[in-house]
Amino acid sequence: MTTTPTEADEPTGAGTADVPAPAGPRGPGRTVRVVTYVLGRLTTAVVSLFAVIVAGFFLFRILPGDPVRAMTEGREVSAEQREELRRQFGLDQPLWQQFLDYAGGLLRLDLGISFQYREPVVDLILERLGPTLLLAGTGTVIAALLGLFLGARAGWKPGGRGDRTNTAVALFFWSVPTFWLGLLLIVLLASGRGFMPGLFPTGGMVDPRVSGTLPTVLSTAQHMVLPVITMVAVIYAQYLMIMRSSLMDEKGADYLTTARAKGLRDALVRRRHAVPNALLPTVTLIFLNLGQVVSGVILVETVFSWPGLGQLFYSGLRVPDLGLVQGLFVVFAASVILMNLLADLVYPLLDPRVRP
Amino acid sequence: MKTQHPPSGTLLRRAAASGSALLLLGGLTAVPAAADEAGGNTLTVAIAQQVDSFNPFTAQLAVTTNILRHVYDSLTTVDPETGEPEASLAETWEASEDGLTWTFNIRDDAYFTDGEQLTADDVAWTFNTIMENDAAAIASGNYVAGFESVTAEDPTTLVIELDEPQATMESLRVPIVPQHVWEPIIEEEGDAFSDYTADDFPTVGSGPFVLTEHSRGEHIRLEANPDHWRGAPGFDELYFRYYSEKDAAVEALRSGEVSFVYELTDAQITSLETLDDVAVNIADGKRFQAFTINPGAQTQDGEEFGDGHPALSDLTLRQAIVMGIDNDEIVQQGANGQAVAAGGYIPPRYTDFHWAPEGDEAVLDFDPDAANEMLDDAGYELGDDGVRVSPDGDRLELRMHVHADRPDNVQAGQVIAERLADIGIEIDNRTVDPGILSDALYDAEYDLIFTGWTVNPDPDYVFSIHTCGALPTEPGTMQGDAYFCDEEYDELYAAQLAEYDREARADIIHQLQEVLYREAVVNVLTYPNIMEAYRTDHIAGIQLEPAEGGNIWGQDGYWAWWSAEPAEGAARGGGIGGVIGGGSGVSSGVLIGVGAGVLVLLAAGAFFFFRRRSTVEDRE
Repeated sequence: MTTTPTEADEPTGAGTADVPAPAGPRGPGRTVRVVTYVLGRLTTAVVSLFAVIVAGFFLFRILPGDPVRAMTEGREVSAEQREELRRQFGLDQPLWQQFLDYAGGLLRLDLGISFQYREPVVDLILERLGPTLLLAGTGTVIAALLGLFLGARAGWKPGGRGDRTNTAVALFFWSVPTFWLGLLLIVLLASGRGFMPGLFPTGGMVDPRVSGTLPTVLSTAQHMVLPVITMVAVIYAQYLMIMRSSLMDEKGADYLTTARAKGLRDALVRRRHAVPNALLPTVTLIFLNLGQVVSGVILVETVFSWPGLGQLFYSGLRVPDLGLVQGLFVVFAASVILMNLLADLVYPLLDPRVRP
Repeated sequence: MKTQHPPSGTLLRRAAASGSALLLLGGLTAVPAAADEAGGNTLTVAIAQQVDSFNPFTAQLAVTTNILRHVYDSLTTVDPETGEPEASLAETWEASEDGLTWTFNIRDDAYFTDGEQLTADDVAWTFNTIMENDAAAIASGNYVAGFESVTAEDPTTLVIELDEPQATMESLRVPIVPQHVWEPIIEEEGDAFSDYTADDFPTVGSGPFVLTEHSRGEHIRLEANPDHWRGAPGFDELYFRYYSEKDAAVEALRSGEVSFVYELTDAQITSLETLDDVAVNIADGKRFQAFTINPGAQTQDGEEFGDGHPALSDLTLRQAIVMGIDNDEIVQQGANGQAVAAGGYIPPRYTDFHWAPEGDEAVLDFDPDAANEMLDDAGYELGDDGVRVSPDGDRLELRMHVHADRPDNVQAGQVIAERLADIGIEIDNRTVDPGILSDALYDAEYDLIFTGWTVNPDPDYVFSIHTCGALPTEPGTMQGDAYFCDEEYDELYAAQLAEYDREARADIIHQLQEVLYREAVVNVLTYPNIMEAYRTDHIAGIQLEPAEGGNIWGQDGYWAWWSAEPAEGAARGGGIGGVIGGGSGVSSGVLIGVGAGVLVLLAAGAFFFFRRRSTVEDRE
């Protein structure tokens, strides 16, 4: 994870692996190929994003249920009051007009208005972005470190006891429902029963009564423990599995034989030679994994009442708040598309074998 | 590193910061609840619904109107003892002979929290704004629909002229706002007023609490208004904290993080009942749970639409369906006994308006034999498959739409399907999302459909939705939840609205319910109980509304939080901060253990990280 780029060069540098040399490392031919590659990837991303925007708009429009009816359900409102709401939300306009307004707004980075909060969706998202990045970021980093570490061990001696235990545990957590695991942790560690009662808060991000920087940081850290553990438990398995199989692929490589022939200890061969190369495919995974993180974070934030995008999405779904849900859908999808694009663009820099 | 997380700077910094924050956890044992700074008595309520807006002219959602009721007074409130209208901003009021002129005497000791006195001008301005400005009418427009004019004759006299007599005049639950604060806002916002969310804190109102903080998705803070004319509330601060998951909120009550939870299920109540410091409150329901039968939908102009089963326009069949269903069984099977079997439309907690079919009136009591006989006599012949066929030759297979998100409805739906099979009616039981259900209702593409309403102390509205005037003007715009239209009903409805004598009005309201019962379009099944719980080590005493068998959350007055008294020693341990330092009795050994556990986890990651780096250095 530290100096991957240098180490990535190792197979070429060692000269043992038969890497097809990129034809003409410099020169006009290569520039054209790179430009074509980048443009191709960019086009794919833009087309995907456009498809997401169109699909997102119409998908939420064909869902059953009238948002104004849903918002006013069980309340004493007159037909005039409902009409006023409908007018405010632009729902009285024909569908194509609504779409044009929506698409026009997107060009100005305006995701529309949340029906339930009466505020621009963009503002709501920006407000909640921080907590989500904090939770998802911490969870991803810890899960990646843990998964890669355990995966490297497991893949070096596949079928061994360590491998079997590690893989089984990881797959167990991978298949456990996030919601259930979160509630279980609350019951055991937060609620005042279980074997370690009342250690952590059951929800929220910070105790509303604290003030000052240090108490806020401490309170936030305390509130983060359970959600982070839940996220890590659920997502680390995929890092483990990909690292494991990636390492198993490398295991038979000639350069490792060479390394062993130099008399290096087995652990050194693994750490210094095999792991760095096996890390490459996982780089892509870390980007692509964002989709999983998004779905994971929605559930975790809901269980632990974490005031981030996931909880916002959940609150939008309950109403249903069309403007908000649709805006978040676009943001979530766009972030996955962006990550894919970055993976495509960055990977060739890391791995000369796939350079265009 | 830069290769991993593209918007690297922020994300990595956050990750690093949070990693170190986790490391600090080890030191948490040394930080006995940061809440030490918070003095005074704090009451914390777990809420789930988000706030739409604190603008009292537009706020719609129940949680917001609930909170705003504590911030702004209204003209009258409800007496928790009798359930009848009770003085609030208006000390006394009277109607003219013809019932068209109402004079309210506004109290002279009500002040807004910025020190300005509240006068009849503020009240008149509030009502006039709602009457004149569409955007300001979103929340309370229904109250002023019949108003001709509202004027302040002097600082303590308010006169409202009506188009027609209106018995709901003693129940105008409109938040009265300070004119000097809101007039400039309305002028400045103009057309955008409906989007104005009023999040300048502290909010200026005249109620027993002041809204001082809103951290969206986290908490809302109210502070006591010590100068309120009714007297200062018992608690200094109210926190409404968000728990998006009800089960998590229940656990938070268990740990003492919150003082009060509401809208609980039977299972949650059972799990809390045995705890020492928790009191459960099972209150008489304000809601009724019902199903309506599609009698053939039509618009106000008589245009028929939808695809309801044609036989359901027959009163005999509708009555037989009601007789085929055992409401007691639904209470037991559907609600685990946490409900009351219903007959009339208004729940029994509203003692004078409640009506239940008794004696000769109780013609639709559960009686499958009689129902079968009625259907036989009316020519509904039983087919070979055990399903009846109407005289017109339509097989009695009926669609039933049930709320998938309400477990008690799902259970009740199954009971109904079984019972109706006994009288030769086949049910196509459709357990669906609320959106699908509501579309089916408004498009009249249903036969039987689940519904339910919360009834206010003044029941006018829940009756108004069954008048002919509530039929849709065009398909899809219906006001209520049934295509009911009956001349006798409409006459009775108008009569109760014009009747100012409470007893006489109650009498008419009983007759209204009898019509609804007999016509068997709107069929009430149960009145579900309200289930809530609070910590007795935080709250010593609290006023229920109604005083006997009443609820705490969602009262029509502000009695609960105004009256709540802090328990001894609740000041410190009682709040949210009590989790670590407070009364949960966790030994510091356990805390250190967990701190160490987290450190180990991080150390494992760090180990991997540093080992790899050191080998790199070795090589060089």
